[in-house]
Amino acid sequence: MEIPTIVGAGLIVIGVGMGIGRIGGSAMEAIARQPEASGKIQSAMIIAAALIEGIGFAALFAA
Amino acid sequence: MTKRFGFLVLMFSFLMSTSMMASDSHSESGELSIKEQIKKDIDHHLKDSHSFHLWGDHDKGTAVGFPLPIILWDGQLHFFSSSEFHHHDNGVVESKGTFFKEYHSKIYITDAEGSIHYGEDHFVSNEKPIDFSITKNVFSLIIISALIFWIFSTVAKRYKNDPVPRGMAKIFEPLVIFVRDEIAIPNIGEKHYKKYMNYLLTVFFFIWMVNLFGQTPLGINITGNIAITFALALITFLITTFTANKNYWGHIFWMPGVPYLMRVVLAPIEVLGMFIKPFALLIRLYANISAGHVVIMSIIGLLFVFQNWFARGAFLGLGLFLSVIELLVAFLQAYIFTMLSALYFGSAVEEHHHDDH
Repeated sequence: MEIPTIVGAGLIVIGVGMGIGRIGGSAMEAIARQPEASGKIQSAMIIAAALIEGIGFAALFAA
Repeated sequence: MTKRFGFLVLMFSFLMSTSMMASDSHSESGELSIKEQIKKDIDHHLKDSHSFHLWGDHDKGTAVGFPLPIILWDGQLHFFSSSEFHHHDNGVVESKGTFFKEYHSKIYITDAEGSIHYGEDHFVSNEKPIDFSITKNVFSLIIISALIFWIFSTVAKRYKNDPVPRGMAKIFEPLVIFVRDEIAIPNIGEKHYKKYMNYLLTVFFFIWMVNLFGQTPLGINITGNIAITFALALITFLITTFTANKNYWGHIFWMPGVPYLMRVVLAPIEVLGMFIKPFALLIRLYANISAGHVVIMSIIGLLFVFQNWFARGAFLGLGLFLSVIELLVAFLQAYIFTMLSALYFGSAVEEHHHDDH
């Protein structure tokens, strides 16, 4: 593995981590505001996180 | 207390055996450093192989496991056991006048001495037969499919005379209801969901079971094999494409509700999206499960690298923790695959008209 590849992989991980972190944080806030809707919020959160993760993995494979 | 301790010991021995599991059955040279050996073991574990290797000792060169049948086609059919590769020192098997040699988990046609040639691109240039062998993955797939078939036919029989679930049906009814009420109905809709239920249930329980079996010390890595996830995503893609109604195709080729110029621009993007969606599906499952296996095996590998007991204890705990996380991931990946498949099916049968408003 050359250095640019490692840097690229690191950038991807930073981006994906920020994305999933924001989704998780917003979901937490949403659940705190409306605890009765936590089930729906959770599944929506998992879908969004999975989509970001998919893109992240695709990029990691390219790197 | 003793019972709980016994359980812990069992868990730890499972973890330990997972690392032993992937050790290389060829035992080519004892001079590898321990780090290189661990790297090789992980590589070997991620790949499919022609024999089932359970445990062994690198230093003594012993390996315990059982061979699997090899089925090859190169104009005529060859059928022999994978243990025959170890009968001769050069690892060559003769079948109907052709010589075969297993080299890095792949089978090549060679001469009587078993010489392997390299092309200019440093890849092996020997000819390859078409390989229909029952490999480790295929064997495990057959076993797991039989297990799933047995579980669900038993569960189905329970409901024949008595609508109240008993025994195994008690465990599986909530899961089936979960797939129906949480995955199928919200994403596909009340009207069409029944048509897709059998596929969604099959894919959910298949991925889940296979992921769970990947966590056992049998050391199989089925959903971490890109061919398997490719096949699963292909089925989702075909079902989406062939059950789609005219609204779905309308949204792809002539997006309603946007200016005419945009429709022309959007059409190729949407067509590309048709293929990217299942592609993301296959990469996600493959990469998640492979990454999980690599992480757990690396952590367990560290147990052998560190020569002090304090660090070993810490990594043992970490390995156990990650194994528990992997159990969650096993379920989560099955859920996500099923959920996204349902989402795509839902978009294929949607009847809502956007240009009304």
